[in-house]
Amino acid sequence: MVLTVVLGSLAVFSWKLIGYLIPDRLVGKKGRSIADRMTVTLLAALVVLQGFASQNALVLDARALSLATAAVLLAIRVPYIFVVLAGAVVAGVSRYLGF
Amino acid sequence: MSKQVVSTSISVGLATGLYGISFGAIGVASGLNIPTVMLLSLLMFSGASQFAFVGIIAAGGAPITAISSAWLLGVRNSFYALRLSPVIGPSGLWKLLAAQLTVDESNAVSAAEDTPRNQRVGFWLTGAAVYVFWNSATLLGAIGGNLLGSVETWGLDGAAAAAFLGLLWPRLKNNLTLAALGAVVALIAIPLTPAGVPVLLAAAVALLPIRGQKWSSL
Repeated sequence: MVLTVVLGSLAVFSWKLIGYLIPDRLVGKKGRSIADRMTVTLLAALVVLQGFASQNALVLDARALSLATAAVLLAIRVPYIFVVLAGAVVAGVSRYLGF
Repeated sequence: MSKQVVSTSISVGLATGLYGISFGAIGVASGLNIPTVMLLSLLMFSGASQFAFVGIIAAGGAPITAISSAWLLGVRNSFYALRLSPVIGPSGLWKLLAAQLTVDESNAVSAAEDTPRNQRVGFWLTGAAVYVFWNSATLLGAIGGNLLGSVETWGLDGAAAAAFLGLLWPRLKNNLTLAALGAVVALIAIPLTPAGVPVLLAAAVALLPIRGQKWSSL
């Protein structure tokens, strides 16, 4: 099993390393733009996954309230750390209250 | 460096790194021993790949299936590395370290900063914070498997959702269409495809020729 873990880790690491080994001039404007856009689409997907996914189902639970609260706080430019804290407090409290 | 980038890095590291508790618990429940679970977090260090790996092992899948699934799920890190390479410009052995710390969070924090210095600090600090918290949390979860419920009791899942939204927020203004498409694709894919695939499909959205970075009507 240790060998499987090491091989798997090397496989995952290879993706990460290759990005640093390709010279920037070969990447070009188009490549950089795709990488930038991917940061956006992936973050959007991670928000959805983290906020609404439970295994293979979509659910509305306390996390949706956390996201809504976070959106309001971000809109009024509350510092990031408080947005994250509020996300935890809202989910924790609303679960405690039985949501 | 600004205080803001430090506090952002640490909060991202905490909010998402503590998820390692779930991973540690699930890893042990999958039949791996504690050192092997730790080895995954220390070496593979890529949440989606790790969860897929232990999921397949738990289901009795072949090692090659576990390895290739983990590998496939890691492809987005390659694109992160491409965009980070000129930003942080690591040389020699630093490349290896930068590569290991290249994950969703470190890339996103770096991308959200506006000065080159803060982009570099954001990457290294977030990468280090996620690494430390993810690994300590994995150990906690692996030792006390039933801590699993605590992720939800303490609202950590809400914190992680808020953390990702906060990272996306500064980029919404210029990329609303792209972000909305990524989110919709994920929403549709979650009930229809196995774990990990929704994120791969959302990554593919970035390859579509969707009109530019500016969204001038906003």
